[in-house]
Amino acid sequence: MNEHQEMAQDAGEASPEAVREAEARIRRLSRRSFLWAGLATGAGVGGLVAFNKYAPESNGAKIPLRKVLGFNETVAQRLFYRPTHRAREFPRSAAEEPRNNYKGTTPVVDLAAWRLRLSGLGDGAEDRKLTLADLRDLPRAEQTTELKCIEGWSTVVNWSGVRFVDFAKKYAPPSGTEYVSMLSEPADYPDERYYVGLHLADCLHPQTLLATHMNGTPLRVEHGAPLRLVIPHKYGIKNIKLITSIAYARERPTDYWYEQGYDWYAGL
Amino acid sequence: MSTAATSPDEVTRTPPVSQDTPRLVKKHPLAIRWQHWINFPVLMIMMWSGLLILWAYPVYPSEKLPLKVPNRISLYQWGIAPVYPERQNAENYPAPPDKRYDIATGFRLAEGMNWHFTFAWFFTLNGIAYILFLLFSGEWRYLMPRRESFVEAFKVVLHDLKLYRKPLPIAKFNHAQRIAYSSVVVLGFGMVVTGLAIYKPAQLTWLVTLLGGYQTARLEHFWITMLLLAFFFVHIAQVARAGWNNFRAMITGYEVDRSGHLTEAIRKGGA
Repeated sequence: MNEHQEMAQDAGEASPEAVREAEARIRRLSRRSFLWAGLATGAGVGGLVAFNKYAPESNGAKIPLRKVLGFNETVAQRLFYRPTHRAREFPRSAAEEPRNNYKGTTPVVDLAAWRLRLSGLGDGAEDRKLTLADLRDLPRAEQTTELKCIEGWSTVVNWSGVRFVDFAKKYAPPSGTEYVSMLSEPADYPDERYYVGLHLADCLHPQTLLATHMNGTPLRVEHGAPLRLVIPHKYGIKNIKLITSIAYARERPTDYWYEQGYDWYAGL
Repeated sequence: MSTAATSPDEVTRTPPVSQDTPRLVKKHPLAIRWQHWINFPVLMIMMWSGLLILWAYPVYPSEKLPLKVPNRISLYQWGIAPVYPERQNAENYPAPPDKRYDIATGFRLAEGMNWHFTFAWFFTLNGIAYILFLLFSGEWRYLMPRRESFVEAFKVVLHDLKLYRKPLPIAKFNHAQRIAYSSVVVLGFGMVVTGLAIYKPAQLTWLVTLLGGYQTARLEHFWITMLLLAFFFVHIAQVARAGWNNFRAMITGYEVDRSGHLTEAIRKGGA
């Protein structure tokens, strides 16, 4: 006795006519469902194809996706970000040597000639030109944090330098400042021009450093000598090396990788 | 469709004692059918965009561990998915000069991230809607594994491998299905949790620590994806095996029940 017969004996199998009738009934029932399924599939596939083909782009990313990224930024700021929350810190012994992530030529700068231009200080205030000696007056800070590249790799590094919040106490942003723009424009290396835009609030986080030292020694050129940004709650793309200019801004400054299709916020 | 004679609800209410009418039995609620089918393209887009992200740095979790992600997905000699360029491998990093634009253009990382962080919303919201629906409709009773499920699921596997010949009890979902369908909910939850840990590691430090670190969380995210893929292929094979009547029920909601056993099983609930 096979499975089919056994079941049929249990419950009694329907007659062939009844089966046909049920089949006819489900065909009628199915029509609407399959119509819906077809419409939904068509709308989905068609929508995606149309989206890919026609959705306008802004700075290398589809504008609707940009809008979601903007929404994600708001969610991240409201839901995740706490100015007092610190990214994980590691023991000093966990620090590794990060790779040189200059993609082109590593710029060699004349450190003696290096100046940090500070602008956006308010109405009528002149731009400042700071030297490393100017930064030495500020309190020093040290931290061992994980640098996370947007590509996916990460590395634990020990940094020391000046907290941006201390820097901003001495060189205060004017009221109304919402953003900070940082620029790296090494002379003779036009291909290495690099710039990031940040929220002032993110810069004032206690773990945001203007670093001068890495793993106990002064920064070397491949790691952004003489001054680089360390901001552990942002991807590496925001951790700009060889800063030559800092500007306080009211409007959202542009950003190197933002222009290449990446999220402006890039927060972790 | 709305006339009393053909109303499917009417048929469902007919007790299975009237043996000569094959029943149309309501099997899958409308909400679950939509959630199921929405999940399919959303998950495909998540996996595709996840691959674009993966290929930006395809070594997991670090060079120190032997586990790597293969650099090509291919069947026989045909590459199904593009092979990422060898020079992107960690071994010959950094890349040659003037490749600054590569991760933006050639490797499509930004595109992958933008899609991933958009469709993550659909995946998460659809998953939450699904779980809420299961809870409030009582459908969870058909899906939750029970004490005997692990032994019974073993029988199902043996039966499918033709090693166990006795007929299995007819149910809306057999015990192997109960385990599989509950597991994918857990996997989906795991996707969201590991995904959140990778997405906001500096804020969700406790979660990253719980998962074993940032790179470990990335590895877990990847392997849960592999488990979901494994589920997907088994699921497709089993649906193909089960036949049209069963598949159609996931679109129409109704299955033709010749014996009356399914009607009976569904009427009894998941118990």
